[in-house]
Amino acid sequence: MLSRRTLLAASASSLAAPALFRSAEAATPKNAVVMAKAIDDIVGAFDPAQSYEFANNEACGNLYRKLIVPDPADTSKLVGDLAEKWDVSKDGLVFTFQIRRGVLFDSGKPLTAEDVAFSLQRVVKLNLTPGFILTQFGWNADNVEKMIRTTGDYTVELTLPAVQATTFVLYCLSATCGCVVEKASALANQTNNDLGNAWLKTHSAGAGPYRLVDWQASDHIILETNPHAAVKPRVPRVVIRHVAEPAAQLLALKKGDIDVARDLSADQLKTIAGDANYPPTRMGQLTSMYISLNMAVPEFKKPEVLQALKYAIDYEAIAKNITPGLWFVWQSFLPKGVPGAIGDAPFKKDVAKAKALLAQAGLPDGFTVTLDHFARSPFSEIAQAIQADMAAIGVKLNLQAGEQKQVISKMRARQHQMAMNTWFPDYLDANSNAQAFCANPDDSDASKLRILAWRTHFFDPAMTTAVDDAAKELDPAKRNAIYATMQRDFQQRAPFIMLLQNFEVDVARKGVSGLSIGVLPDYTRYAQIVKA
Amino acid sequence: MTGHRLRQALASLASVPVTLFGLVLVTFLIGRAMPIDPVIAIAGDHAPPDVIARVRLEMGLDQPLPVQFWIYLRNLLHGDLGHSVMTSRAVTEDIARFFPATLELATTAMIVAVLLGVPLGVVAAWRQGSRFDHVVRVFSLAGQSVPVFVLGLVCLLVFYAKLGIAPGTGQLDVAYEGLVPHITGMLVLDAALDGDWDEFWDAAAHLVQPAAVLAYFSMAYITRMTRAFMIEALSGEYIVTARAKGLSASRILWRHAFGNITVRLVTVLALAYAGLLEGAVITETVFSWPGIGLYLTGSLLNADMNAVLGATLVIGLVYLVLNLLSDLAYSLLDPRVR
Repeated sequence: MLSRRTLLAASASSLAAPALFRSAEAATPKNAVVMAKAIDDIVGAFDPAQSYEFANNEACGNLYRKLIVPDPADTSKLVGDLAEKWDVSKDGLVFTFQIRRGVLFDSGKPLTAEDVAFSLQRVVKLNLTPGFILTQFGWNADNVEKMIRTTGDYTVELTLPAVQATTFVLYCLSATCGCVVEKASALANQTNNDLGNAWLKTHSAGAGPYRLVDWQASDHIILETNPHAAVKPRVPRVVIRHVAEPAAQLLALKKGDIDVARDLSADQLKTIAGDANYPPTRMGQLTSMYISLNMAVPEFKKPEVLQALKYAIDYEAIAKNITPGLWFVWQSFLPKGVPGAIGDAPFKKDVAKAKALLAQAGLPDGFTVTLDHFARSPFSEIAQAIQADMAAIGVKLNLQAGEQKQVISKMRARQHQMAMNTWFPDYLDANSNAQAFCANPDDSDASKLRILAWRTHFFDPAMTTAVDDAAKELDPAKRNAIYATMQRDFQQRAPFIMLLQNFEVDVARKGVSGLSIGVLPDYTRYAQIVKA
Repeated sequence: MTGHRLRQALASLASVPVTLFGLVLVTFLIGRAMPIDPVIAIAGDHAPPDVIARVRLEMGLDQPLPVQFWIYLRNLLHGDLGHSVMTSRAVTEDIARFFPATLELATTAMIVAVLLGVPLGVVAAWRQGSRFDHVVRVFSLAGQSVPVFVLGLVCLLVFYAKLGIAPGTGQLDVAYEGLVPHITGMLVLDAALDGDWDEFWDAAAHLVQPAAVLAYFSMAYITRMTRAFMIEALSGEYIVTARAKGLSASRILWRHAFGNITVRLVTVLALAYAGLLEGAVITETVFSWPGIGLYLTGSLLNADMNAVLGATLVIGLVYLVLNLLSDLAYSLLDPRVR
């Protein structure tokens, strides 16, 4: 048994615990950039053939290089990264890429055409989540070795089974799944013929400016300079810490524990607006916020009702009061920044017109419907604003808040009535969103294409045909014209209310600059970050 | 060990697999009843139907529920808890990585809670009705009433944000991130074993706030229970007899009264410790402490069912082991049980 003396002495010594407190260091290490960001969305880890979420796509963009990338200054243009030049045959079927010489992998070995062909082939063979970005061209495990092949040490030839718009193919090659991995490393570490998939989830084998040093899920990602990179990063170490709460990010920024806060909310941005110590960097992103109106609800089959709901909402008020500086009004299914997007915004709050449309639809007293939305800011606040707007025209909106995956699961099962969600394109070409929002060749449960149009029972054969036609159109001007018509048609007829598009606003401490934010996460670059 | 005690120990041990089976079954069923499609957690919202179908097949979700459970159970018996979607690692590997962080936090908190809570409870009972007793009662009542997350946030606001005398969240400063070798998984201990005292002090400083918050919560409970047990013990006839015999106050207090409450106190401490290991979820979230609680929360939000089942199983196992140990402790401490 413990004696009284021992017990009391030990108790007293435990009071000394506060002595362990020490002053928090008000600076991050000089050789490291520390960013705070919510990184708990990572699922496919860091294999480019599987990576599909924002945080890991962004890391992949800094670990690997691709054949081509969009010009950061003008994303409607593509520039060569690994590809010194490329040619497309007149019939649009054969793409030949000349690979830049002298590029070295993290291992010090040279990057060759063999690595490029292997990387693209493995995306098709593994056919993991982003695999469709390449398999949609008709490549499959059986034909890919013939269709994607080397014709020299530094030449790769891609052959399409059928004609596709050239920019469509090129933009898909600039997606994360187009990252080039070192064939020798991937094969040396493969298990069960997985082409290195398990190993590459937690290791990197690229030629980008960084290499992956450590990743703890929902905690941190650490990158360090790739010693053989063509362009050496200005700061050799990047630490991305998982900080989910925007308030905690701002606190850490002010205390000097981090250099850059990546996910501040509108409230936090307001508190530091105009403060020269925390200069913000703003970049338009391609994420759209929309409301899906399930056409299984009888009222939503009436075009007047769809129009009435679109006229009921005060879009500008939402953007100005709830999401200032973070989301802006955008009513096209192609986000601003995607080639072919139009900036038309035909809907503004007009209560009288909305009520007249409802009356025209035979619903002068309105109706009751449920809106599912994410149970977090700013979605909850926006849902409440829309509820008030709808009430003004007699439509009673019951709000149903849920976890993001819960809302998505419900939408995928087509069990929602109205649901507010976000969508971002899988690649920079217009086909990504056009297919998602407009294409629904088969509305049955057995359909092979079950994206947003299918989930909403938006079955419009003319629109589906237009999506296919645009994807195959070789003339860029004609192609853009098809998309322009499609967007205007969609705005009027589709059971979707396109609300807003987002900005990414990153706030760095004074003296920290050079973070280049891309329109999609994998185009964000760390290598030019400098610390004074 | 006598035959009776051996039989008791065996009976307690025999209940472990049955309880664990129940725990696995209930958690498994709750996991399957969740309104989130676990396939989305792996394949993502944009995945085409063929990928969704393949993942569903790979996860065995096309099988009837009893078959799914049988497969999980069979793998479990072979030590295979499956792979986590979130971390891309085996769940057993994840648990080995995350659980030591929780153990470090909970054990530190428990040591502080016991060393402060027990003496406070004893002295408060001895001086029942005094000003000291009132202060202890209010202090312990507040500890049990204030939610842990509120206390954690207030601590961060005061000691980190305002006063700047404590580090922020996480286990280490960025400068030391990834430098401490993984020996036991408990960073303070690992840093000491590594002989790097800068790392040690940094890890220890990061431990203070979350451990203090958890310790206060448990200390409040331990103090209140100790006080109540002691008040009851001090009113016993044997205490009157001891006083009549002229024994010293300290001997009466520690030898006779405290000695008689140790059995009940062991149960309280075991439950408090188990509660800390399990209840650290919120503290870990507030302080971004990469323990089993944070792992469990993240897994739940991502519908990562293998990870949820694995973490729940570990927490359940901890409860059972502590329960078993406290049962065994009874027979050692209480002559009537022998």
